Amino acid sequence: MAAEHREGREVSTEMQLESMYQEIILDHYRHPHHKGLREPFASQVHHVNPTCGDEVTMRVDLKGDVISDISYESQGCSISQASASVMADLLIGKSVEQAREVQETFLRLMQSKLDGPEFAEEHEEVLEDAVAFAGVAKYPGRVKCALLSWMAWKDATAQALDDTESGVKA
Amino acid sequence: MVVNSQFLDTDAIRKDFPILQRTVHGDKPLVYLDNAATSQSPQQVIDSIVEYYSLHNANVHRGIHVLAEEATALYEGARDKVAAFINAGAREEVVFTKNSSEALNLVANVLGWAEAPYGIRPGDEIVISEMEHHSNIVPWQLTAERIGAKLRWFGITDEGRLDLSNVNELINERTKVVSLVHVSNILGTVNPVETIVKRAHEVGALVVLDASQSAPHLPLDVQALGADFVAFTGHKMLGPTGVGVLWGRRDLLEELPPFLGGGEMIQTVTMEKSTYAGLPHKYEAGTPPISEVIALGTAVDYLNGIGMDKVAAHEHAITEYALGRLQDVEGLRIIGPATNEDRGAAISFVLGDIHPHDVGQVLDEHGIAVRVGHHCARPVCVRFGIPATTRASFYLYSTPAEVDALIVGLDQVKRFFGV
Repeated sequence: MAAEHREGREVSTEMQLESMYQEIILDHYRHPHHKGLREPFASQVHHVNPTCGDEVTMRVDLKGDVISDISYESQGCSISQASASVMADLLIGKSVEQAREVQETFLRLMQSKLDGPEFAEEHEEVLEDAVAFAGVAKYPGRVKCALLSWMAWKDATAQALDDTESGVKA
Repeated sequence: MVVNSQFLDTDAIRKDFPILQRTVHGDKPLVYLDNAATSQSPQQVIDSIVEYYSLHNANVHRGIHVLAEEATALYEGARDKVAAFINAGAREEVVFTKNSSEALNLVANVLGWAEAPYGIRPGDEIVISEMEHHSNIVPWQLTAERIGAKLRWFGITDEGRLDLSNVNELINERTKVVSLVHVSNILGTVNPVETIVKRAHEVGALVVLDASQSAPHLPLDVQALGADFVAFTGHKMLGPTGVGVLWGRRDLLEELPPFLGGGEMIQTVTMEKSTYAGLPHKYEAGTPPISEVIALGTAVDYLNGIGMDKVAAHEHAITEYALGRLQDVEGLRIIGPATNEDRGAAISFVLGDIHPHDVGQVLDEHGIAVRVGHHCARPVCVRFGIPATTRASFYLYSTPAEVDALIVGLDQVKRFFGV
C-alpha cells in the first residue's frame, strides 16, 4: 500500500474518531474532576452497565434546593469516565430544577442519533461542556457509557429528595 | 512476509466469503477478528438457505407431499453429516437445539428432573470451572438452587490454565456431574478433557463438555473424548445462527426425561398422558430450525472439504504468530496462556490502562473488528482483577496480514490515548 494512501486514510479516520473523542473528553478522562467519594452526602447509589461492566458509585449532597456536592468512584471507558467528570462540573452549585433540565437535555442529546451535533448546537446554553458528547450519540454501543453517571445522579438525587421529604436522615 | 507451511491458502478460501470482500467506514477493508463471537459464512452456506426456501420449503416429518419429503431428507441428511463430523456412535445421538446455551440448559434441566441414578438430589455436587461461559454457569446455578445441590468449581492458574491441584477433592463421590468448557472463549485455553473424564467416571459422575469453541476449530471425536454430553453451536462454525447441537450418549438420552414438550417429540397423546418419541425426536419439540440445520450441514461439508486437521494447524500457526507479535507491543498483557501449547485461536489482552471499549472503538475506526468486554465470562475478569479485555480471535480465513493490521491498529490506539 502506498504511504500517501495510508496517510490519507489515517487523517480521515482520526477526524471521524475525534467527533466522538473530543479533546475535552480526553482531557476529562485523563484528569477527572470531583472524583473520589466525599462526605457529607445525602444519598449514595451504585450503578452498573451490565453489557460492558462499567461501574459507578455516586454520592449527592443537597443544601436546601441546591446540589452542594457530587462525588463518585468509577471504573470504565473514557466516555463513561469523562461523562461523570463533566456532569459533576456542570451540576454542582445548580438548583435541583436547573440540574434536572441539564440531565434531561443530555439524555435527549444521547437519543438524537445522527442529529447530535445540530441538537448540541441548539442547546449549547444548557449543555455547556457536555456538548462535547454530541458525537457519541451516533454510536448506539457507547450511549450507555455516556449516560451511566447521569442516570446514577438522577437516581441518587431522587433518593436524597425522598429522604428529605420523609424526614429520614440518609 | 510470513511463510509457514501450516497456513491454508487463504486467498482462495476468502473468495468464498462475500462479507470478507466488503469495506467498512468508507474504504477500509474489513479485518474480522471476532470469530469466537460468530464466524462468517461461505457462499455455499448462504446458497443452501436460499435454495431450501426457493425449492424445498416444507415442515419436516409431517405430510406426504414431495416438498415435505425433500425437506425431511435434507434435514435428516444434515444430522448424518453432523454425526459423522463429530464421530458420533449413532445419528440418533445428535439432537438439534437453538444454540449451545439451549443444549446446556437441556442437560442441566433433565438431570435435575431425572430419577436415580442420574437425577441430581439435594446435597449432590455439580462441578464447573471459573473459566466457563455464562451459558455453562447459570443453568447449573438454576438447577443447584432449585434442588438444593451444591455448585463447586475449578479455579484458574495465573497462566490461565485450569487449576487441577485439587481435582481429586473437587470431583468426589458426591459429584453428580462435571460440566466443563473444552476451549475457553476468553482465555483460549484447551482444557485436559481426558484427565477430567477419567476422574469423573471414577466416581460415577457424568461429564458435559461445552465444545462451542472447539467443534469449529479442532477435529472433534466425541467417542475419543469420552464425555457423556457435548454441546456446540452452528454460527461459530461457518453456519447460521439459530441452530446448536447436543450430542449425548444414546443410553443416557434414552433414559433421561424429555426437556421441552410439544409436537414431534411424542409417540401417542391422550388427554391424560403422553408417551414420547424415540431419539433424537424426543428432544426436538416443535418445528425445528430446518433451513438452519440444512445450512449447518453445508458448513460441515465446507469444513470437511478443507480438513479439520488443516484448519487446526492453520489456526495454530496464526496464533503462534499473533502471540509473538502481541507480546512485542509495549504495555500489552495477555490474559490467558502466553504460549501456544494447548491453546485455541482466541487471544484476550489488556493494553496499559486503556479501557477495552476505547481500544475496540479505535480499532473499529480502522476497520478491525474485535470483541471487547467480559465475553460472557465475567468470573474470569474478576479472577484477573480487570474489568474487561480486548479479544482477537481467528479462523480458517484469518491471515498473518490481519495480525499485522491489528498490531498497527494497537499502535494507533496508544497514540490516540497518549500512552
